[in-house]
Formats: sequence, C-alpha cells, structure tokens
Amino acid sequence: MKFICIWLLSVAVALAQKKLEVVATLPDYGAITAAIGGDRVNVATLARGTEDAHFVDAKPSFVRILNKANLLIEGGAELEVGWLPPLVAGARNRAIVPGGPGNLALAQFVQLLDVPSGPVDRSMGDVHPLGNPHFNLDPLNGKAMATAIADKLAALAPSNAQFFRANQKKFEQELDRKIAEWKKLMEPLKGTKVITYHKSFDYFLRRFGLELAGTIEPKPGIEPSPTHINGLIPRAKSDGVKFIIVEPNRPRRTPEYVAGGAGAKLLVLPVLVGGNERAKTYIDLFDYNVRQITGAR
Amino acid sequence: MQQLKKQLQEMQKRLEALEKQQSDVPAVQQTAPTQESKSSPLSVRSGKAFMDIGLVGTFDVGTSSASDIEGGTQLGGHDPNQRGFTVQGVEASFAGAVDPYFRANANITFSVDSSGDSFLELEEAFMETISLPWNLQLRGGQYLTEFGRHNPTHLHAWNFVDVPLVNGRFLGPDGLRNPGARLSWLMPTPFFSEALFGVQDSQGETATGFRSSGHSHGEEEDEGLPFAFRHPDNDRGVQEIGDLLFSARYSASVELTEAQTLLFGASAAFGPNANGGEDAGDTDTQIYGADLTWKWKSPRHNAGFPFVLWQTEAMVRRYEAGRFDWDENGNDLPDDGEVLNGGSPAVLAGETLVDYGFYTQLLYGFRKSWVAGLRFDYLWGEEADYERLNLTLDGEPVGRDLSRADRWRISPNLTWYPSEFSRIRLQYNYDDRQGVGRDHSIWLQFEFVLGAHAAHKF
Repeated sequence: MKFICIWLLSVAVALAQKKLEVVATLPDYGAITAAIGGDRVNVATLARGTEDAHFVDAKPSFVRILNKANLLIEGGAELEVGWLPPLVAGARNRAIVPGGPGNLALAQFVQLLDVPSGPVDRSMGDVHPLGNPHFNLDPLNGKAMATAIADKLAALAPSNAQFFRANQKKFEQELDRKIAEWKKLMEPLKGTKVITYHKSFDYFLRRFGLELAGTIEPKPGIEPSPTHINGLIPRAKSDGVKFIIVEPNRPRRTPEYVAGGAGAKLLVLPVLVGGNERAKTYIDLFDYNVRQITGAR
Repeated sequence: MQQLKKQLQEMQKRLEALEKQQSDVPAVQQTAPTQESKSSPLSVRSGKAFMDIGLVGTFDVGTSSASDIEGGTQLGGHDPNQRGFTVQGVEASFAGAVDPYFRANANITFSVDSSGDSFLELEEAFMETISLPWNLQLRGGQYLTEFGRHNPTHLHAWNFVDVPLVNGRFLGPDGLRNPGARLSWLMPTPFFSEALFGVQDSQGETATGFRSSGHSHGEEEDEGLPFAFRHPDNDRGVQEIGDLLFSARYSASVELTEAQTLLFGASAAFGPNANGGEDAGDTDTQIYGADLTWKWKSPRHNAGFPFVLWQTEAMVRRYEAGRFDWDENGNDLPDDGEVLNGGSPAVLAGETLVDYGFYTQLLYGFRKSWVAGLRFDYLWGEEADYERLNLTLDGEPVGRDLSRADRWRISPNLTWYPSEFSRIRLQYNYDDRQGVGRDHSIWLQFEFVLGAHAAHKF
C-alpha cells in the first residue's frame, strides 16, 4: 500500500513536472518562448532564420512535431498561410487548431502596419489583406509577444506561472534597456531614407525613425522589372537614399545595381533570429542590425 | 483622510495604466474586419470567412503528330486533348471547418471535351475528422484514392501538363476516385509514418481497372477494342463486401539533412473488375505501387527557390480477365465487329494479365519563378495468351493489345510563374508506342488562380 502511494505520488510529480511541448513557426517566437519558458518548456522551431518565412517546406516531419505539441505559436495574419494549414490539419491535435486552447497567433497582440484601407486585389501583388506580418522586427512588439507568450504558458501550466512571469519580467527589462541603447545609437539616423527589397523592414524602420523611400520589388512578391529599377534609381538619387537593405536570401545583383546607381550603401540584414551566425537571440538580432546600420553611416 | 486620498490617487493611476494597456492591444482585431467588409461582401480569405473559395483555370494550346491524341498519346482525361486549344479544367475549390468535429473540402471541375461538349465533374467532396483519439483520422465522401504521389493530386498541383502514363493506364484518365471512407493513422514512430486504409465503391467510370464500364468522358465510345479484347460487363452493384474496392498505403519520411527530405510510400488497391460477367465467376484486380520522393530546398531560399525535386513511382497490376465469348448474339456466325479466331467468333479463356509501369521526374527550380523539369515514362506488359491467338477483326489481324503494349515517353518542360497565382508552362513529349510508332507533341499551358490558393503540401 505504502509502495503504491509512493508510486502514485511520483507519477503525480512527474506529470506536474512534465514540460510543455511548444512549437514555434518562426525562430523569433521560439527564442522569446525559450527565454520565458526556460527549462520548463521544450521549444521546437519549424522555419529556420535563413529561410523565407512565407515559403517554408511543409515537411512531413513537422506533422509529427505538431502532433505532440501542447502549444503552437504562429505569427498569423497570413504569414504562414502557404505552408502551415495542411500541417496543422494533418497533425490531428485539436489543441493547436486555430481557436484551440493551444494556439497562439501573435499578430493579434500587435498593431499591424499596412492594413489596406481601400479595396484590395492581386493586381497590387501579393498584398497581405490583414496587414504586414513581419512585425517581429519592432522590439516593442517583442515585448507584446513576450506578454502574450507568458500569458499563454501560464494558462497552460499554472503551476509554473510565477516562473514564467519572472522570466518575462527579466526579458522585458533587458529588452527595455537594449531598446534605449538602440534608440540612442540610431538617433542621429532619424529621417534617413532607405530602400528595401520586400516590405520586411517596415516595423524596424518605423521604430527607429528611418524612412522607406521605395522597394526593389515593384509590388509585394513581384520580381523587379527593368522599368521599375530604372525609375527607382533616379528617385533614390534625388531623395538622397542612404541604404539599400535586403534580406540574406535575396539575389544581390539588382540591389547592388540600385545601390551603385543611387550612390547608396547595400546592407544585408537578417530579418529573423538565426538569419546569420551572429543573430543568435532576439536581442542579438537587433544588436547586429543596429550596429550594421550605424557602423555603415 | 490623507491615507484615503493616497489610495484614491493610486487607484486612478492603475485605472489609467489599464486603459492604456487596453488601447494598445486590440487595434488589429477591431479595424481589420470592418475594412474588409467595405471591399468584399463575400470574403474568401483564410481565417476570416466560413470557407475558402478558389477557382483555378487551366488551358493549353499545342499540337501533336499523333492522330489519336485523346486516349492515345495522352492518357489523362484532363490532358491536352486536341490540336489547337484545350480546356484542361476550370476547378472550383471550397474548403473549411464544418464544426468543431469536421473539416470539409470540395473540388468541382468544369470542362469542355474535344468535341466541344461541356461537362461537370465532382472531383472530390469529403469531410474529415479534426480530432479522433489515438492519432486516427477518418475521411468520408468522394475522394481521390491516396495511391502513390500523383493520384491524389489535382491538375493545379501537377508538375507536367499531363498525367504520367502509368497513372493513366492503371488508375484511369481521371485518377482512381470514388465515394468511400478511409481511416488514417499517424504512427508513433520516431520518424513520420502514416498508414491509410480505405474502402470505396468499385464501380463507375472513375474506377478504371476495377468495375468501370471502360469508358469515361472525353473518350470516344467503341473506338478500337476494349481492354483485354473483352467487353466489360459487371454492373451488379454491391452485393457483398468483396464487391468493394479496398486500398491501403503506408508512407514514411525522414530528413537526411536540414535541407533534404526523403519520403517513401507503398500503396495497394484490391477490388473486383468488370471483366468477369456472369459466366466467368469473380475476377479481381490488384494494383501495387511504390514511390520515392527526394527534395532539396536551399536553406537560404528566396520564395522557395532554388530547389530540386526527384519523384519516382512504380506500379504493378495483376488483372484477372474473365472468359469471354465474342459470339454475343449466340448465332455462332462471324458478324461485323466481332473478333474472330480462325473464321469463327473467338472464345477467350480466362487468364491473369500482368502489367508494369513507372515514371521518374526531376524538377529544378533554378531561379525564382522558374522551374525546369524532365520526366521519363515507361510501360510494359507480359504478352498474354489472347494476344498470341492470331485474332482478326473485320479481316485485319489485331495483334497485341494496345492498351497493354510497351511504350515510353520523355518529356522536358519549362515553367514560369509570373506570380504565385499564374503559371505558363511549355512541354515537349516524345512518345514511342509499340505497334503505333513515334510521335512528337508540344503543349503550352497557361493557368490562373482566383481567390483562395490552397497551401502547398509536401
């Protein structure tokens, strides 16, 4: 009897200690979750930081990972619409389906930019009708994400709520400190005009007061045409564009050509955690990008 | 009093903080829907509407040296089917969650055949459970049998303008699809593996190789001899469990590296065929398949490019042909349109026919929006007794059964995607058919997508 009691107790303890299985679609969500969840959650990330988040392969192995998940953290706002839905459908895990208790779509917790105000159709390119989903690049959104993630983790594992809250606070304090530092570094660059490849850096630019003067893509998801580029270069020149910013996975030839023509500097900046070997954490990602921009001045 | 005042001030501060928090948060949820309803009374975007609605139109223009394009060089019911223009299909798709228990999917294809007649097909319409215990999933309705890699796909997902020959010959011009139900089990292995078991009706035009009447839309009736030179006759419906079509599939996937994925599958389909008729007893068909898919996608891909995809499928079919007497009117005399053996109506003995086939294809997405492809098809059958009988039809020797004879084809192609929602594809086919000869075909396909664009499966 005593033995059974001890056994039951140890099972109960084991169950209470069972780590939450969290799947993050993007490494940024994974990195924040790891910072908050510490050793009480297991975090798996589907996309790699070097990948184009819209076009991740729907690998069958992801179905297995999603099947075992207690929580799926996704960006939402159609960021993963090209590859995530069939994986979630195949995972047979009711917890993580949209609206399920184990589904967290972070776009709900931030203010999205570029929400179309008029009618939208695809002659405008692959416009995101819900707004620009690359919101991870505003560090203040990092705080909003951390709050949402800590709330969700605490709801799913109430016995660890205090632990998660403490980590969230620590994460936010460090982020606050860094945001102040980055803002100071970026202060002299306020109003600097830049051109990006895709509308991936809008949140970053807005936070630090840089101005988007154009994109290399004529329309979202549409390949640059010679007409567009030939119009862009003189405009960039007369606007005094300083930087051409591209993601690591974009072809370089056209951006180099534009940079050369406009007398601007080409910067290759990661847009996700893990986008290069230096951007290991969410804070590293901004550290790297801020230093690249300020160093290139 | 002082204390009370202090408390009040503190409360006010808290209230302000709370208000601030609230105004920070829900901005998106509030603005997005109202703005959308302005522009679109019927929203088809995922996550916003009760179902996703999409329309894909696929067309072709081209030419071929073959005189029998439809059903001859081109085995698919939605392949380019004539010189000039072809409507390959205009497919409406509807998908969404039904309720907390089921999701559903329907694909309805509108098309125009080579004689200009419009037709409508229910490609698929099925419901699927969202969460059964033990990692099971149940599907019911009309669906494409999950046999191999190509059969369950729709026109829009094909990497070539036409179906692989082995699919056309063994699983039929429209693919193997019928009403039924299937259970799938995600297995608790340390790698992805899934087992499927399905039951479907075995009769109807989309059950080629089983109890199909032998003709489907687009094929002209009574042209040439029927399969195995016997008229199909088995329309008894379902009288016992053996009258149904059973299928099974196992697939497993591993990641070789971060950028390389391998998928292996084995499939089988069993069911009665239409070759028996009343006197011949029960005749069955068994089809077995194996498939291998290897994909490399650059870890630094730009919109999914560059990538390399290699996919191969091989199948074996064991078909029991029933005894068949060409003297169908029972007058014992050689009549027009009857197959004769030495001057009198042929009597074909029952025998088992064994056929093989495979295709292998390589796709290389060499730069954003551009894919080069190469496919090789090969089919062969073991010569059967009825093909050695020196049979004649209208005075001419019939020789080998062309629906079982050896043939091969090689198809290079090039695809350009102006955006994710349109596609232009140029393909050349070199066909070599035993008993017919060699043919060249060239097809230019163009496709558009309106509305919801289903996510890409692996």
